[in-house]
Amino acid sequence: MRKNDVYYYENPVRVLSYSSCVGKKEGEGPLGGCFDVVASDDRFGQQTWEQAEKAMVQTSLRGALHKAGLDHGELGCVLGGDLLNQCVSTSYAVRDLKARFFGLYGACSTMAESLVLGGALISGGFEGKALCTASSHFCSAERQYRYPLEYGGQRAPTAQWTATASGSVLLTSEEKGKVAVTRGMAGRIYDPGVTDAANMGAAMAQAAYETLRSYFATTAEDPASYDLIVTGDLASIGRDLVLELAKDDGIDFDGRYTDCGLMLYDREAQDVHAGGSGCGCSAAVLCGHILPEMERGALKRVLFCGSGALLSPLTTSQGESIPGICHLVCLEAV
Amino acid sequence: MEYLNAFLCGGIICALSQVLIDRTKLTPARILTSYVVLGVFLTAIGVYQPIVDWGGCGATTPLFGFGYAMAKGVETAVEQYGLLGAFTGGMTATAGGISAAVFFSLLGALFFHSHSRD
Amino acid sequence: MRMTNEEYKKLYEGLAPPSPSYKNIPFAFLIGGGICALAQWIKNLWLGGGFAESDAASLTSSTMVFIGVALTALGLFGKIARVAGAGTLVPITGFANSVAAPAMEFKTEGVIMGTCVKMFSIAGPVLVFGISASVVYGLFLYFVG
Repeated sequence: MRKNDVYYYENPVRVLSYSSCVGKKEGEGPLGGCFDVVASDDRFGQQTWEQAEKAMVQTSLRGALHKAGLDHGELGCVLGGDLLNQCVSTSYAVRDLKARFFGLYGACSTMAESLVLGGALISGGFEGKALCTASSHFCSAERQYRYPLEYGGQRAPTAQWTATASGSVLLTSEEKGKVAVTRGMAGRIYDPGVTDAANMGAAMAQAAYETLRSYFATTAEDPASYDLIVTGDLASIGRDLVLELAKDDGIDFDGRYTDCGLMLYDREAQDVHAGGSGCGCSAAVLCGHILPEMERGALKRVLFCGSGALLSPLTTSQGESIPGICHLVCLEAV
Repeated sequence: MEYLNAFLCGGIICALSQVLIDRTKLTPARILTSYVVLGVFLTAIGVYQPIVDWGGCGATTPLFGFGYAMAKGVETAVEQYGLLGAFTGGMTATAGGISAAVFFSLLGALFFHSHSRD
Repeated sequence: MRMTNEEYKKLYEGLAPPSPSYKNIPFAFLIGGGICALAQWIKNLWLGGGFAESDAASLTSSTMVFIGVALTALGLFGKIARVAGAGTLVPITGFANSVAAPAMEFKTEGVIMGTCVKMFSIAGPVLVFGISASVVYGLFLYFVG
């Protein structure tokens, strides 16, 4: 059932298993001990950065399948994407799985986007299992979006650090697992005219806030109905903007709101400027921190909001402003 | 004294450039491009030579110096070869640096690969 | 939508932290100045080796370029530049880095289509405008001056 932009999943959508794989720097961050696999080398033993990202995605996909005892056999469909042109990291990682596959591009909103769609496919009875995944790699993103890695430039204080991280969540229609996906919300694009690609938090914050506002209006709930409301990845400036916009509307988050871009790194010690970004950031925080916390009962209801900046290096060069989007899923411990 | 002048001259140019990067929306690529053109222009109107005389390598090592070398090269070449010199002078004067950049970069690329940042 | 784009811009610009100029500028001064003093020392070595003034200047440029490329290849340039900012960017070492970095980065797409094609993807504008400015000056000298 859909009410306004919110999908209510009427049949069970459960989290059967999940897995995360991150790079060296992410492993040195505050959540370092939470991830399934932390690479000692960001090359993952590969020749190119793109192959490295593919290997990282494979690790998290296989990790989730292994935990569910699905190393062999029918796994349903895979939905996911990454930041690279034509989503190649994910396509190449899924190539060997021989599964039905939807390649998604939602920039940093990809994890939430894949969960919204995976939930819909399962609740709608089309799939019994859906493997949702998102990833990003600092090095492959840097050489595609910005400069060669060895180029000696200084980053703006508003810039975000693309996470080397991948997270995969296996959804199932069976009533197994301690976390359910009960609702999803499809975001709409908002473009407040930000043209600075080094300030993506500002470009996405409005979309994130509008998604949250619309969600609370549609469901007649407020932030107090949730233990945690988390966006990914607005980082410090975007987070502050969401709080400012909410204040204007009289919405009180009451300390329940934070952002994945602020959780993955120690901003004081790790030189990531405004915070983390990239599809993998929210995916890894979800799989490494939020889902485990829900399973052990520390969090009951969580709103997971993926915010994406839908730009390309081409549109930035052409002076276009950056469209932002934010998809959301409601996670409940059962 | 020579070293102190080079240090001061180069330091001041770099510090002023940092102010431009931090305080304006100009990208480093735009700043560097305008420096080279400015270097040619300032040399042409006779302003840069005194700075080189005082600062030595402090004036010739920053990218202004690239423009300075091109302008000096073109002056000599036009005198010697006429119209052809207008086209050969700038490149000839800076050929050492450019060829070194091309050749060493090719070697570097053949034997090294980029590293992840932390 | 209650907030206009202009109001939104004011809001996020107010929230953006300023560049840490209090440390950027002194570091740019010290490291940039240091690189130039090093260049002076290298030039004196070449002069001491019996080279004429203009040859020594060219040799100095080439030597500084070599140092810039070598630091880039070893992965050290980026680490210094993160602190030095304009201090490494503006001297000719920065030019060397901007040629070497894409040359190394894109070798995975092949020596020809990667390294060679992308080599001047950052430094290109400096050469295009530098050469053009020198030609304009040369034409001016020939026809006018």
